[in-house]
Amino acid sequence: MTAPLLEVANLAKHYPMRRGVLLARTVGNVRAVDGVSFQIFRGETLALVGESGCGKSTTARLVLRLIEPTAGSVRFEDADITALRGAAMRRLRRRMQIVFQDPFASLNPRMTVAEILEEPLIVHGIGDRVARRARVEELLGLVGLAPYHAGRYPHEFSGGQRQRIGIARALAVEPALVVCDEPVSALDVSIQAQVVNLLKDLQARLGLSYLFIAHDLAVVKHVADRVAVMYLGRIVEIGPKDAVFANPWHPYTRVLLSAIPRPDPHHKLQRQIAGGDVPSPANIPSGCRFHTRCAFVIDRCRTEDPALHPIETDHLSACHRAEELPAVAAMEAPRVATPAAARRLALYADRRAAAEQAAG
Amino acid sequence: MANLLVIDGLRTVFRSPGGDVPAVDGVSLSVARGKTLGIVGESGCGKSMLSLSVMRLVPSPGRVVAGRVVFDGEDLLALPTHAMRAIRGNRIGMIFQEPMTSLNPVFTVGDQITEAMHAHDRSASKAALRTRAIAALDRVRIPAAAWRFDDYPHQMSGGMRQRVMIAMALSCDPDLLIADEPTTALDVTVQAQILDLLRDLQAQSGMAIILITHDLGVVAEMADEVAVMYAGRVVERASGTAIFDDPQHPYTLGLLGSVPRVEETRSRLLAIEGSVPAPFALPEGCRFHPRCVFAAPACARVDPVLRGLGPDHQAACILAPVEDLAA
Repeated sequence: MTAPLLEVANLAKHYPMRRGVLLARTVGNVRAVDGVSFQIFRGETLALVGESGCGKSTTARLVLRLIEPTAGSVRFEDADITALRGAAMRRLRRRMQIVFQDPFASLNPRMTVAEILEEPLIVHGIGDRVARRARVEELLGLVGLAPYHAGRYPHEFSGGQRQRIGIARALAVEPALVVCDEPVSALDVSIQAQVVNLLKDLQARLGLSYLFIAHDLAVVKHVADRVAVMYLGRIVEIGPKDAVFANPWHPYTRVLLSAIPRPDPHHKLQRQIAGGDVPSPANIPSGCRFHTRCAFVIDRCRTEDPALHPIETDHLSACHRAEELPAVAAMEAPRVATPAAARRLALYADRRAAAEQAAG
Repeated sequence: MANLLVIDGLRTVFRSPGGDVPAVDGVSLSVARGKTLGIVGESGCGKSMLSLSVMRLVPSPGRVVAGRVVFDGEDLLALPTHAMRAIRGNRIGMIFQEPMTSLNPVFTVGDQITEAMHAHDRSASKAALRTRAIAALDRVRIPAAAWRFDDYPHQMSGGMRQRVMIAMALSCDPDLLIADEPTTALDVTVQAQILDLLRDLQAQSGMAIILITHDLGVVAEMADEVAVMYAGRVVERASGTAIFDDPQHPYTLGLLGSVPRVEETRSRLLAIEGSVPAPFALPEGCRFHPRCVFAAPACARVDPVLRGLGPDHQAACILAPVEDLAA
C-alpha cells in the first residue's frame, strides 16, 4: 500500500480558560480536539461527521495549520508539517486548500470573481498576468461557470454559484488536499445536489483528496469513501463508508443515523433519540464521553475511557460494548418507491443524463 | 372537516420603479384543525412571504393586493390593526428559522416569554405569568425550567433556544402554529427531538401547523397535506403520502431526486440545474420550464393552471403525468 497523503496522529487542541485580569490564572481547559488520529490516501474522501461543537472544524483547521496544535503531529506528503515555518510553510499551503461553509461570508464583496480567483496565484507567484487570466477562465469552466462571470461581483450570484466560486478559488493553485468545511450545509437541497456532484466530478478529473466535514450523514453517504464520527473532540468510530452505514459499531453513530428524516412517509421510524445536548468540552464526562446520553451504558462506561479498537479490518470503534451491541435491523433496505414514482424518477434521470451529455 | 385557515387567491407584490414584483402570486391553500400542512420549495420561491402575508407582517414596500385569508371564519386581511394584533401571537403562533437571532440577547428568556403573555393578558400578575412561563418551558421539555427561566439566550444551545421559541409561540395556546424552517439551523439529533416535540404538542392541543421547509425528509415525517411552491405559485398539492408515491410535477420530481438518501446506493444525485428565477424576471409560460428536463415548446407559451390528477391531488403542468412522454 502506498503511503497516505495525510497522516494525523494524536492531534489535540486545548484552549485554556482564564479567570481574573491582572493575575490571570488558568482554571481549566476546553478540550476542543482531544487526541485524533486518521489518514487520508490520494484520491480518497474521508468524511468527518458529528454534531455542532464536536471539534470537527477545529480538526480541519489544525490539519491546515490555520491554528497551532497543543499536541500531536500532522504528516503531509511524507513530511512532518507540524513545525514548518516561513517559506516552507507557504509552499505547503499551495498543496492544501479549504472550501468554507458560508458562501456569503467567504468571498470578498469588493473583489470581482476574476480578482478572487487570481489572488491565490499572485500570492504564490504563479504565472504572469496573461497566464493568470487564462487560468481564471479555465477555473470558471472547471466549476461550470461562464467566462463572462469573471467581471462580476459575488453579490450577483446565487448561493450555489458562490460556492462554485469558492471551490474554483481552492483549486486555483492545484492542491492535492481540499478541506471542505460543510460546503453544502448552507444550500438548498436541489443546489446541494449540484455542488455534491461537482465535487465528485472534480475529484475524478483531478485526483483530489477531500477531508469532508459535515453533519448531514445522508450527504456523506454520497461523497465519502471512509467516514469518521466525532464526539466531543474524539473519533468514536471510523471505517469504510458502507461498513459504517450498514453496521455501525458505536451507539452514537446509530443515534446519528436514526435521526435523519427520510423522504418516505411510510417509514416514520421509531428513533433512538439521544436525550439532551452534547456536554460542554470544558467539562467532559468521565469514562466514555458518550455515556451520559448512551442507551447501552453500563458501570464500566462511567469510569473507563474506551480506546478506538478494530472490530473488523479498517473499521474501528471506541465502545466497550461494540461487540455486544444488538444487530442493526438491516438498515432498512431501500424501499422501492411506488411504480408510478419510480417510473417518473427514472424518466427524470434519463432526461437529466441526456441534458448533461448534450451540455458536454 | 371545517378548515381552520383558508387562503384564497392570495397575491403579495413588492412595489418597484419597474412595476409590481409578485412574491406570492395567486396562492390558495387550506389547513384543518389538528392537521399539518407542509409547504416545500427552494429559497426564494415565496414560502416565507406567504406566511408573513397570513400574519400581515409583509415588510414594506411589499403588500397584499388580492385574495382572502379566512381564519376561523374571519378574513384576517379585512381586520382592523388592533384586532389583528389580538390574533397574532395569541391565536396564531409563529416560529422563525433562526433561533440565534430571533431572541433578544439582552433579556432573559423568561422576560421574553412573559412579555408575549402579558401583551395578550394585561390582568395577569407577575407571579402568575412566571408560573405559566415555567410551565410552557416545561412543556417543551427544557430540563430544570424554573432555573432556565432566568437564563440569557447565549447561555443556551441552539436546540434549547429553538425550544424557547416554540414555548413562546405556544404560550398562548394558539389554534394555528406557523413554523418557518423550525429545524433548518439545527443538528439532526436536535431536529429529531424538536419534530417529535411538535408532533406530541399537536396531539395534545389539536392545533393546526403550517410547516415551511425545503427538506422533504421533514415533510415526510410531519405533513398530512403538502403544497410544493415555485416562483410564488403552488405547482403541486397532494396528501403527505401521495406527494411521495405519486409525484406529478417535474419540479417535485427534481426535489425528490435531489435528496441524498442514506439507504441509497446510487451515487449521483439528480440535481435541478439552475436556480429559482427572481420575481422581477419570471419566464413566460410555465415558470419552471427553463429548468425543466421535460420542457416542450408549448411550455414556453402556456401558463399552466392547477388541475386535478386524482382525488385531492393537483399539479400545474401541462405534460403531467410525465410517463406519457416516454411513449
